[in-house]
Amino acid sequence: MNINVINSLKLMGMGMSAIFLVIIVIYLSVNIMLRLTSEKK
Amino acid sequence: MEFLVQGITQITWQQILMWIIGGILIYLAIAKELEPALLLPMGFGAILVNIPMSGVLNQILPGIGEVHGIIDWLFEVGIESSEMMPLLLFIGIGAMIDFGPLLSNPRLLLFGAAAQFGIFATITVASLLKFPIHDAAAIGIIGAADGPTSILVSQVLKSNYIGPIAVAAYSYMALVPIIQPFAIKICTTEKDRKIKMKYNPKSVSRMTRLLFPIVVTIIAGLVAPASIALVGFLMFGNLIRECGVLRSLSETAQKDLVNLITLLLGITISASMKADVFISLNTLLIMGLGLLAFIFDTMAGALFAKFLNLFLKEKINPMVGAAGISAFPMSSRVIQKMGLEADSQNHLLMHAVGANVSGQIASVIAGGVIIGLVPGLM
Repeated sequence: MNINVINSLKLMGMGMSAIFLVIIVIYLSVNIMLRLTSEKK
Repeated sequence: MEFLVQGITQITWQQILMWIIGGILIYLAIAKELEPALLLPMGFGAILVNIPMSGVLNQILPGIGEVHGIIDWLFEVGIESSEMMPLLLFIGIGAMIDFGPLLSNPRLLLFGAAAQFGIFATITVASLLKFPIHDAAAIGIIGAADGPTSILVSQVLKSNYIGPIAVAAYSYMALVPIIQPFAIKICTTEKDRKIKMKYNPKSVSRMTRLLFPIVVTIIAGLVAPASIALVGFLMFGNLIRECGVLRSLSETAQKDLVNLITLLLGITISASMKADVFISLNTLLIMGLGLLAFIFDTMAGALFAKFLNLFLKEKINPMVGAAGISAFPMSSRVIQKMGLEADSQNHLLMHAVGANVSGQIASVIAGGVIIGLVPGLM
């Protein structure tokens, strides 16, 4: 297979993993922030 | 008197074709109102740079030497040397975005990530078409559905196709109301589109709104340092909006700064629309690949929502997943309209807005990740 295609598949794996990792960490942080800063009724 | 006809005798058919392309961009901007703030300056710029011996480009004059042209200079200073223009635009975009709908339902963040799949799928297709990896990555980033990110990434990766990429990115962003319904209907059923979602937003404190841009910047910076310029400027703009003590600056960033930079960016990008570079079969391929990127993005978001539905008790309308692209707010409006078409009581707007602003964050992270990873693969 063309080396460029192999590289693009590598890029897809690493890129999507990195994006999901950042987004999941942001998701967890937002949940923590919402919990810590929620106004008690 | 030969100099009077020099311009006419040196003209090439490629330059005339570029005038026609410039004219089409101006027509689309004025008659169809497709992204007029950008397509109009780009169209006019395409004419300016394709006039023989154009004074807006750097010229070598006999007996004088090199004379700088304004458009070449704007390109060198505003884009080539520091990517200043697209980055400054992000301050304005950040100031325009209300992350409230996303913060009140944070799980929508996942759709922004999923919809970036189109970028990578398109990179693979471009590689199959024998584009080198840096050009393939620059073409794929059209799928970020974010003009400034496309320009910045293609410039940092030194792609030869920055002009066609910018034209494709902005044209397809304007065509989201046509592209997305088509792509959504391919991968969803009528039953999927009728799924109703309850809207029970969590209350979002002022402190969360203030902390959000800072926390996102730090997280993105630590995990994907190459994304920090993009994410940081976007979040800086949002902090100006949310802080509440810089109303005048926030309004300036949202209106005057965005308008001014967009105007300059459009005419500056035309530096990459010179006939000898622009007129090629690859330009047509890039336009096709750009369209594919938007379709892949939309389908990836919708299919990801369908996948999550396998495990969820309260189902998500797959069209909300499709809104995880960066084209804000067009995509959310499209989803709201399609939801109402499927069922007149199906209001999806707030969910779609949340996914849509998540797409804005994820697309700049994707841009940074690509800038960080591609040099290692070259």
